[in-house]
Amino acid sequence: MSLECGVFHTRYEADMGLRPRPVQRIRLGVFALFVLLFPFVAGPYWLNLANQVAIATVGAIGLNLLVGSTGQISLGHGAFMAIGAYTSGLLTLHLGVPWGASIFAAALVTAAVGAFFGLPSLRLKGLYLAIATLAAQEIVEWGMTNWTAVTGGAEAIVVPAPVLFGVRLNSDFAFYWIAVLTAGGAALFAANLLRSRVGRAFEAVRDQDIAASVIGVDVFRTKLLAFATSSFLAGLAGAMIAFHRNIITWERFTLSTSILFLAMIIVGGLGSIRGSFLGAALITLLPAMIDNLGRSIQDTAPQIAAVLPYAQQAVFGIVIILFLIFEPRGLSRLWGNVKDYFHVWPFAYRRGESGAR
Amino acid sequence: MDIFLQLTVSGLSTGMIYALAAAGLVVIYKASDVINFAQGDLLLLGTYLVFFSVAQTGLPWSLGVLLTLLLAVAVALAVERLVLRPLVGEPIISMIMVTIGLSSVLRGVIGAIWGPNPRSFDSFLPAGELAFGPATLATDRVLSIPIALAVLAGLGFFFRFTRDGIAMRAIADDQQAALSMGISIPRVFGVAWGLAAVSAAIGGIMLAGIVGVSPNVGSIGLRVFPVVILGGLDSIGGAVLGGAVIGLLEVYIGFYVGHGLNLVVPYVVLVLVLMIRPYGLFGKEVIERV
Repeated sequence: MSLECGVFHTRYEADMGLRPRPVQRIRLGVFALFVLLFPFVAGPYWLNLANQVAIATVGAIGLNLLVGSTGQISLGHGAFMAIGAYTSGLLTLHLGVPWGASIFAAALVTAAVGAFFGLPSLRLKGLYLAIATLAAQEIVEWGMTNWTAVTGGAEAIVVPAPVLFGVRLNSDFAFYWIAVLTAGGAALFAANLLRSRVGRAFEAVRDQDIAASVIGVDVFRTKLLAFATSSFLAGLAGAMIAFHRNIITWERFTLSTSILFLAMIIVGGLGSIRGSFLGAALITLLPAMIDNLGRSIQDTAPQIAAVLPYAQQAVFGIVIILFLIFEPRGLSRLWGNVKDYFHVWPFAYRRGESGAR
Repeated sequence: MDIFLQLTVSGLSTGMIYALAAAGLVVIYKASDVINFAQGDLLLLGTYLVFFSVAQTGLPWSLGVLLTLLLAVAVALAVERLVLRPLVGEPIISMIMVTIGLSSVLRGVIGAIWGPNPRSFDSFLPAGELAFGPATLATDRVLSIPIALAVLAGLGFFFRFTRDGIAMRAIADDQQAALSMGISIPRVFGVAWGLAAVSAAIGGIMLAGIVGVSPNVGSIGLRVFPVVILGGLDSIGGAVLGGAVIGLLEVYIGFYVGHGLNLVVPYVVLVLVLMIRPYGLFGKEVIERV
């Protein structure tokens, strides 16, 4: 095997490829193999966690398109997921729409609602837009709990399990394949979107909106498109939560959910698809691990176990703060550093591609 | 009519506590352009610190309140130095997320120390009721209004007449020019966080008496946003008026309309204000616009 000391593409196809280098393809292959074999070796507990990570990845990719790539801060992602969850759940429950169609319809409805809540971005940006989306979140939350005739209010809605070819997909094992396929599809979609004209427009608006409008990007339309795309994925994630749990409760879609997803993309890396996945995994698994720790020391050290829920909250905050101060580009950048190091190993004098995405 | 009076006083007293929290937000925003999502948690910290200083150590009220303020300022200065200072000049999303992270840390630490159960102790404001014609009103609620107004007036005085206050306005106006005039920006940021902690702690002390000491107090942090947007993000006077309007709106709607609408209408107001007059009633008209 020849040693690489840099990236030198000789063909346009290679330059435009998502995974042009053999090492990248091997890595992807190994990861795909892991994903394929995982459900056969993992127990139900880990499968459940894996499903949660996959769903969170879809949502995080969506939020990252809006916040990381387009630079529009949204504190309303939880509300958008709620709209996806309730739309798909109610469509299937009351109208008997097949689950696949209702998930897709829910994503479309959420995209429309997201574009509507993106309207303030016509006049506002930065801090003021963040506060406007906070208001959107609060208003949707109020709707969820008080529009009892439709949402059932504080009561949970029970959603029938998805059925495929006559098989009820009510186990984590069955759902795993749907979740993983959706997450993979979302990642592929976002990766291709970001290198298209639209994606470049997103980044231009983020970096300098006036310059973007000068070179012919319709800033407002681009922002609305970003809101709609992001909400589409949020709705997808919300609908999948509904079918994963078979139950919809408003508590899963509060402002804390919005914050959780913002934390995922901060910790993972803004504007990075790989980062969305890494952040979703870390933020989903970290509390679960602390819970486990709590259960294991329940008998030996009950005092410490009693404090752990609070420790969990504090650790969540500390992780966000530490990443912001020490590695604002997140896990994605850390992983990029590792790759760069081995990319030209043992030659340290030339760094290859940095981990941009 | 007596119910209306009762509602008005209760709304005003809630509004003044909002105003105190909002004033902290305004001070920090004025000095450093950071919007502090942890302001409610500073309020929460205030209620627990006063519980600690008075009920747990057994100090008399005067010393206990002093200790509370000192501890609150110490925490705020540490936070400013360790968390906010390294991020000066970072994008807005980082600033928002770091204060959200901070809020989570504060809540976690407070929960770990004092647990989830509400605590109670003798209020420092006299209990009992005052009779205003046909209406009877809780004394502590009535008294909290002048106290809050006095504190807010003090803050207004600070901005208008003291050296640090004027320095803070200079920095808000033009950071570069302020720097070249020899104003120490780190010092001013420190003072801003200290003041925000003091106003939040005083709000917390009053809340501890009025609604008791419990983890729910932190939720006020979010209810403050309609207040500051209505009043203007950089105006203390706006915080007072915004606090009064939102506080009254909440109790009137809560009583006369119901359906939990009192919780959502402030946010509808917020959206309307943002669409029509984003700088609020008294804010400066230079906001980032598209």
